[in-house]
Amino acid sequence: MAEEKDDKKYTTISIPTPLAEKIKKRIKGTGFNSLSSYVTYVLREIISNIDEEEGEAFTKEDEEKVKERLRALGYLD
Amino acid sequence: MPKPHGGKLVNRQIEKPIDTSGLLNIEINTNLSEDILNIANGVFSPLEGFLCQNDLETILKEKRLQDDTPWTIPILLDVNEKNIKEGDTILLKNDETGVKATLKIEEIYKYDKKTIAKEVYKTLDTNHPGVTNTFNMKDKFIGGKISLISSKPREFDEYNLTPKETRVLFKEKGWKEIVAFQTRNPPHIGHEYVQKTALTFVDGLFINPIIGKKKTGDFRDDVILKSYEALIKHYYLKDRAVMSILRTSMKYAGPREAIHHAIMRKNYGCTHFIVGRDHAGVGNYYGPYDAHDIFNEFPDLEIIPVFFRSFSRCTKCGSVVNDKICPHDQKYHINFSGKKIREILNNGQIPPEDMMRKEVAEEILKFKDPFVK
Repeated sequence: MAEEKDDKKYTTISIPTPLAEKIKKRIKGTGFNSLSSYVTYVLREIISNIDEEEGEAFTKEDEEKVKERLRALGYLD
Repeated sequence: MPKPHGGKLVNRQIEKPIDTSGLLNIEINTNLSEDILNIANGVFSPLEGFLCQNDLETILKEKRLQDDTPWTIPILLDVNEKNIKEGDTILLKNDETGVKATLKIEEIYKYDKKTIAKEVYKTLDTNHPGVTNTFNMKDKFIGGKISLISSKPREFDEYNLTPKETRVLFKEKGWKEIVAFQTRNPPHIGHEYVQKTALTFVDGLFINPIIGKKKTGDFRDDVILKSYEALIKHYYLKDRAVMSILRTSMKYAGPREAIHHAIMRKNYGCTHFIVGRDHAGVGNYYGPYDAHDIFNEFPDLEIIPVFFRSFSRCTKCGSVVNDKICPHDQKYHINFSGKKIREILNNGQIPPEDMMRKEVAEEILKFKDPFVK
């Protein structure tokens, strides 16, 4: 199982060997074809869940203008 | 409300007029001009322009932008022009949409169209409309950020909300969880069943028809909009459903396009997206549930797909059912055949009430010719 690709787009991360062995056992027969693909999947899931909430990118004035249009079009009362 | 895809709602609309005299003018087709509008108003967030080669490559190989953000459909600007070079700013124009936008050329490159077609559409069969469109592209691609200067008013603008507007609308309505439904047809009872089933578990329903170029025999855009208005008026709670259009071309890329459709609805502020059988498919190029399975590759998509398999009317249950809830044999099932409904309407008749709401059918029949010729 080639875990690391010789490609600038990938990097090597060390994890404890027993953990790696556990993961390898767990992913047998699943859609994951390597330890890396599983770890990537899990990390993407975690990162997307802990990303900071960004505020809406528009000002109060902007929002009022939008509300005016929505009222004019009948979307808001 | 979910944050926009990539974290920030893109706005590439120029506030003040700029001097474009002296810029090379390039006429683009309507589809490309609609891509520009969708980039400028954030429907395609986080894209700020047409793709450069590095992003195209990762999209084809990994279904992601170079920064690892999920993205499945290449948004490309193809040109023939010879008198351009990297670093130039050009003016892109289209008469139909009135789009005028500048583009600062970051990269000019060529890419094997067969590779694009094979990766995006999973076939090289030229009977697939997406493959043909790819092969018909011009030979050079330009990557770079766009800035929209202007566009002109168009038919159905009163139904056309930007992501910024839908986000304000959902907030004003007090909706936290919103399910999006994409459509290209007037609603029959099966569609209503799917929408209402999903709506039961969230705060609001966002009906988002795709408007634009259609095939002969398809329902006209105005027919679709009026028929949905009738459905909403008579069969939905006023504060639980809204409709707004999306102007974008269908690529018929099946599973990849299902992800793209979900991303656009996330940018509109939706938390859930309904994915049906053979979503965005054409012919037999994709398995019926490929567009469901592909979501397993994206734990970081941040919009929840709501999968529906087949649904039909069961004469034994006496209601609309799906394959998870009805134990009865197929002989008791009546499928919602779009073709059959079309035939009945084409004869000027109202379909049976268990196929289509009377109010919806009546609205369609108000049109002398409800179909694209």
